[in-house]
Amino acid sequence: MTTTNYLNADYGIWSWLLTKDHKRIAILYLISITMMFLMGGLFALMLRLELLTPAGDLLQADTYNKFFTMHGIVMVFFFLIPSIPAVLGNFLIPMMIGARDLAFPRLNLASWYVYIAGAAFTLYAIFTGGLDTGWTFYTPYSTAVANTKVIPAALGIFITGFSSILTGLNFIVTIHRMRAPGLTWFRLPLFVWAHYATSIIFILGTPVIAITILLVAVERAFRFGIFDPALGGDPILFQHLFWFYSHPAVYIMILPSMGIVSELIACFSRKVIFGYGFIAVSSLLIAVLGFLVWGHHLFLSGQSVYASLIFSLLSFLVAIPSAVKVFNWIATLYRGSIEFAAPMIYALGFIGLFTIGGLTGLFLATLGFDVHVHDTYFVVAHFHYIMVGGAIMGYLGGIHFWWPKISGRMYPEWPARIGAVVIFIGFNMTFFPQFIAGYLGMPRRYHMYPPEFQVLNVMSTAGATVLGLGYLLPLTYLLWSLRYGAVAPANPWRATGLEWQTPSPPPTENFTTTPVVTEEAYAYSHREPEYV
Amino acid sequence: MSDHAYHAYAHQFDSAEQQHGASQLGMWVFIAQEILFFGGLFVVYTVYRFTYPAAFAQASHHLDVTLGAINTAVLIGSSLTMALAVHAAQLGYRRTQALFLVLTIVLGSVFLGIKTIEYGHKFHEHLVPGPSFLFSGAEARHAQIFFSLYFVMTGLHALHMIIGIVILAVLTVMAWRGSFDRAYYSPVELTGLYWHFVDIIWIFLFPLLYLIERH
Amino acid sequence: MLERLGLMPPQASTFASQVDMLYAFLLMVTAFFSVLIAAFVIGFSIKYRRRSDSERTPHLHGSTALEIAWSIIPLGIAMVMFFWGASMFVTLKRPPDDAMQVNVVGKQWMWKIQHLEGRREINELHVPVGRPVKLTLTSEDVIHSFYVPAFRIKQDAVPGRYTTVWFEATKPGRYHLFCAEYCGTKHSGMIGEIVVMDPADYQAWLTAEAPAPAAAGVAAGGESLVAAGRALFEKNGCVTCHQPGSVLGPMLAGIVGTSVTLQDGSTVKVDEDYLRESILTPQAKVVKGFAPVMPTFKGQLNEEQILQLIAYIKSLGATPSASGAADVQGKTGP
Repeated sequence: MTTTNYLNADYGIWSWLLTKDHKRIAILYLISITMMFLMGGLFALMLRLELLTPAGDLLQADTYNKFFTMHGIVMVFFFLIPSIPAVLGNFLIPMMIGARDLAFPRLNLASWYVYIAGAAFTLYAIFTGGLDTGWTFYTPYSTAVANTKVIPAALGIFITGFSSILTGLNFIVTIHRMRAPGLTWFRLPLFVWAHYATSIIFILGTPVIAITILLVAVERAFRFGIFDPALGGDPILFQHLFWFYSHPAVYIMILPSMGIVSELIACFSRKVIFGYGFIAVSSLLIAVLGFLVWGHHLFLSGQSVYASLIFSLLSFLVAIPSAVKVFNWIATLYRGSIEFAAPMIYALGFIGLFTIGGLTGLFLATLGFDVHVHDTYFVVAHFHYIMVGGAIMGYLGGIHFWWPKISGRMYPEWPARIGAVVIFIGFNMTFFPQFIAGYLGMPRRYHMYPPEFQVLNVMSTAGATVLGLGYLLPLTYLLWSLRYGAVAPANPWRATGLEWQTPSPPPTENFTTTPVVTEEAYAYSHREPEYV
Repeated sequence: MSDHAYHAYAHQFDSAEQQHGASQLGMWVFIAQEILFFGGLFVVYTVYRFTYPAAFAQASHHLDVTLGAINTAVLIGSSLTMALAVHAAQLGYRRTQALFLVLTIVLGSVFLGIKTIEYGHKFHEHLVPGPSFLFSGAEARHAQIFFSLYFVMTGLHALHMIIGIVILAVLTVMAWRGSFDRAYYSPVELTGLYWHFVDIIWIFLFPLLYLIERH
Repeated sequence: MLERLGLMPPQASTFASQVDMLYAFLLMVTAFFSVLIAAFVIGFSIKYRRRSDSERTPHLHGSTALEIAWSIIPLGIAMVMFFWGASMFVTLKRPPDDAMQVNVVGKQWMWKIQHLEGRREINELHVPVGRPVKLTLTSEDVIHSFYVPAFRIKQDAVPGRYTTVWFEATKPGRYHLFCAEYCGTKHSGMIGEIVVMDPADYQAWLTAEAPAPAAAGVAAGGESLVAAGRALFEKNGCVTCHQPGSVLGPMLAGIVGTSVTLQDGSTVKVDEDYLRESILTPQAKVVKGFAPVMPTFKGQLNEEQILQLIAYIKSLGATPSASGAADVQGKTGP
């Protein structure tokens, strides 16, 4: 790499910590969220080790409760929600639309510092005794009863929320105002559509969790009685406010991943995406409908039957746009020219796992059925299928796909394919038995359990070991590739998309002249096969 | 608008127009987010007001309507001076815009001063929720919820005003130095948007908090 | 069969087999679509694998007909799931009129149960086969959830209010009772058993002498909820104001299930939640025509005692009909 690119344009720690380059900020985020992922994974490992035996013999009850709480908080707020938008979205969106940077580069850097500040508060809570309320902070336990570090953790989440808001704000303005000439809305890559829809949720949803968690901190600190029934408050009101954000939050976690999958399927089938318009609009529909279904977390809370009926109906509706995407991806494969590069294996794995995760969501939306499996391992399995089988698989697929662009190096293909397969297998081994355990009646957040659940738990822990090893593979060879990987050309995948028109890695300014777009997205079929 | 071509713009933009459009959209998106932020509090308020109407009315009567009304007038006045500042900036009048920015700061500070006095009163009357809360009357528990909401909502609003005043102070210095003219005044314009939004929040807060069942 | 393989809990209530049938339907739909999707993905991947780098692919943009088809069909299937689950849920939420009443109070970390006839239990619930049982639940501290996998029922127990759930057991035996809402340190220790008995055995158990767990100010075990409630009603002076001809408090005979008008003109249904609220925060919803002079009993009565009082008040000629005749001083609202 003798040419100047964004990595070597400037040296020294301050050139990174004070950068305004969206690509460097993406790297800052990549390092932070990877560290948080490892921490969240360690907590998970401890949980699964404890659950090998029915008795609570490895960890004390309070410790176990803290570990599942902190696993959830770290993974949801500090890994899943920022991951794709803050790393791949930040890196790619300006490039995909032909811009030199996002609309507000300093705000972008600020969002990373806000994330770090929020993480600092939360890490403080974790390392000075921990938190045991569950990531859901239900009141009055969290405000009046728990004697753990609720306030610093709540403040940490409050602060980090603003990181999301700033990111979403930046993306919306950038996508609206900075598209290259000729790049109309319906020529945008679906990755951009996905992030646009996600940003709507960032803007409209995150402030609600912010105010809710702030009220929890205030109630606890000053003994205000907003959610505490002993002081006249309503604990169910907390649940409504909490889930008003936290349900759309799961769409924050999955929409960007779906955007990645669209890119991968098109590229590795070398074919135009089938149903582009429908996939684009379905992202918006998911974002909008996602705001209307939060009450399905409250079916058994004591809320009225009418409310439950409405939320159940709406929850079924929100599944349809997701199904539409899956069908369109499959139709894209039809008569394609399919290459099984590692990113494609992740994408195909995503389709399978997301299908199961999504369909089991329908189980949970079914009222009579949810009564039995609410708060059991069935729910745990469902959301891990979506968040890990879906979101993380898509994230890893994207990291691999754009790795040459980001780092200037190719990752080693065979270890990557093996890694994808190991992760897929390990994931299923871990979480499929949990569906069964849930229907059998094993409640979640249980430190110890009756013996009849042991076999399923042992299977799950065995799978978690495989999964953990699977994650170590990309961690290892991606780092290895930084030094020893093959030097990457500008467009190793012969992919469409403006980001591939720049060198690998790109210069700081991305484009020397603003590109002009004249064709639709994924115009593979128009291209000569040797197109580079 | 036609003088934009002469004004510099940040490197990521292609034109001053694009920069201006982007920053305007950015501020509106930010305000949308703020609406949801305060919106959560308004939802909590609505739920509890419907559940405990008598308690809320009784509690509300302990707020000083006169001070609240004065504050409302002060804040509306500050929105006027803010709008005049934007107008002056649009026309390129350096001293006028600085003057109106300072007036906005003064009025905003008066608002905060009156709020401080009110908070002091509440403290002395033992109406701050928590261990020292003392409410005569049988509705004490639910009145406590009203006061919790009063302090959180007006406190958050006051925080937004403080942030706004700090920004206005910076703008005043910049305006005095001639940073804004007909070609480039969007910082003033966008701060105006923010300030008006904070004003509108108060216009909802005042009747909801101060004017419950006042005859 | 699946139960013997340890893959499903026993079916021990009328509800259980219905839920299992719904589960079977959901599983079949899921399996069908999963296999279908997997088949297409794998099939297409193999059939259309790249054979040469110079392959061209057709420019297949999309098909509105297909989009409509694969939106409508899943929507239709989803609606079947919705209606099936919704009707089951509505049934679960409507206990039969002749259901047997049991009160459940959850607290960290145990379930305190009291039968109408007075028998009290901790972490165990004895019920007869073939009789609908309605549980009224609340919590003394944080949110808990009463979960019986063998019955396929679950209901959150929320502090500050009452929730209800009902079931009808079909098979004698002992079945797990779990707390299913995280509630602190011993959440996973807050477990017990439902003991389903033949009706004759249950009667015998109900009337047998049993050691009653001591609780401050509560009558000894064996006394029915109604009797215990009557004792509390007298001992705490309720009868002073709530008696015929008194201008201090409304008459309570027959009041449960009616609507009363409040001082501000609004109406409220007199249910368990309203009774509990009136005992703990009497000034919140005062009946029109009465001065707000009722003292609060917060701190003097625990959740179980309040449930006993409610049982007593309900026994005062109450019928759960909206427009029941009531000699209470308040109008029946719309």
